[in-house]
Amino acid sequence: MTLPIFIPGDDPGPDFVGLLGRMGVGAFDSTLAVDAAQITHGTTVLAIRYSDGVLMAGDRRATSGHLISHRSIQKVFPADRHSGVAIAGAAGPAMEMVRLFQLQLEHYEKVEGSALTLDGKANQLSQMLRTHLPAAMQGLGVVPLFAGYDPRQEEGRLFQFDITGGRYEERDFAAIGSGGLHASTVVKLRHHDGMGSDEVIDVAIEALFQAADEDIATGGPDMVRGIYPVVAQITADGFERLGDDEVAARTGTLLARLGSAS
Amino acid sequence: MSMPMYVSPEQMMKDKADYARKGIARGRAAIGCTYVDGVLLCAENPSNTLRKVSEIYDRIGFVGVGRYNEFDQLRIAGVRHADFKGYSFSRDDVNARSLANQYAQALGHNFTHEMKPLEIEMLVAEMSEEDGGDQLFHLLYDGTVMDTTSFVVIGGEADAIRERMEGTWSREAGLGPALGSAVDALAGPDRRLVGDDLEVAVLARQNGRRAFRRIEGDDLDGLLA
Repeated sequence: MTLPIFIPGDDPGPDFVGLLGRMGVGAFDSTLAVDAAQITHGTTVLAIRYSDGVLMAGDRRATSGHLISHRSIQKVFPADRHSGVAIAGAAGPAMEMVRLFQLQLEHYEKVEGSALTLDGKANQLSQMLRTHLPAAMQGLGVVPLFAGYDPRQEEGRLFQFDITGGRYEERDFAAIGSGGLHASTVVKLRHHDGMGSDEVIDVAIEALFQAADEDIATGGPDMVRGIYPVVAQITADGFERLGDDEVAARTGTLLARLGSAS
Repeated sequence: MSMPMYVSPEQMMKDKADYARKGIARGRAAIGCTYVDGVLLCAENPSNTLRKVSEIYDRIGFVGVGRYNEFDQLRIAGVRHADFKGYSFSRDDVNARSLANQYAQALGHNFTHEMKPLEIEMLVAEMSEEDGGDQLFHLLYDGTVMDTTSFVVIGGEADAIRERMEGTWSREAGLGPALGSAVDALAGPDRRLVGDDLEVAVLARQNGRRAFRRIEGDDLDGLLA
């Protein structure tokens, strides 16, 4: 592997995907049409804006058709220090897209000496989805959620996307994936301006619980194996994932409340 | 037809080396040293935007002195090399030794084959997860590489600065004392350097995956006080 030095006219600049192209690695190679039932899919993820920033959460189940293929996959990832990305759709391409997106942000930051703005990051993800469209049309659709703390506006912001690369900024919350409809109903009923950190975590856990209750492709809390949703908060201090112990304790409180109500 | 003037290979190499050394000696110096938590990188650099000290990868840092455009091109090539290698294999497969070798190849090739040698000197530092495993690679304009685990001085007046640093450096020093000895060595007996004259960064074991952190503003002034 030799040192990648380019002449000025051929230099990819801070673009990592451009660099991959120059190095002879295609980022997304197009594929033949695939049977969706044979591909591993990830399901419900959500993002909610609250007073300190934005929260992201996702269940842990991956399915292939009507089989459970993984019980503990991760669908919420840090994109960089102040943003996160959550995925729904075909798990393989989605994870690769997340990996490339994380690298792209870090690469830009190192080459340029400063990080992209939050809008710049969202736009970058949008372009990656646009490049992925041919594969999405063949059955490998990927739909991410992107959220982060914007140090310029001093607040949390979140973005939804579609498979064509369409980018839609949401004001308060968004939930996507097969259980997204159920999850967003729960969030919609409980959301209000100025939500605190404790409250927003409980709402997210309940939203995922209710989604799992209605949707077979969304995994609920698994007490036997100790598998709980991934919950992460992004604030001025950066991306921080909650410990499993805390999510387990809050899930216990939720279940006790639901049990006593019935 | 006139004959081109004959110059002996020895003379040609000597002239190139002198040219490169002169260019490097004009610039201000930088120091990289190990300390108790990792590696400290400290450069005398009055500019706030044109960087001499940079992050290459999770545990790898870079310092360049001399001609800015020349070392910056190699810095970016280093970031690309590291990111591409980490993407192709694993993040743990990226190390400073391989990068230093690549730099040495590029510098050596340029020195032998190009009319004008690169007027730069560079330092590639790698923090190790274990105490005492940190590595510093010192690269010269002609592709010479030297590795050490203590400290490296690059740039103008390096010999005098190295001598001053020799007396004060210690691997067991904390960040404050380590920075103190680096800044005193850079300044010399007749000058005093303040935060605005310096560019400081660390690769520290407690910083998580991306160990590189710049120390700027009030944090830097606090450590220098």
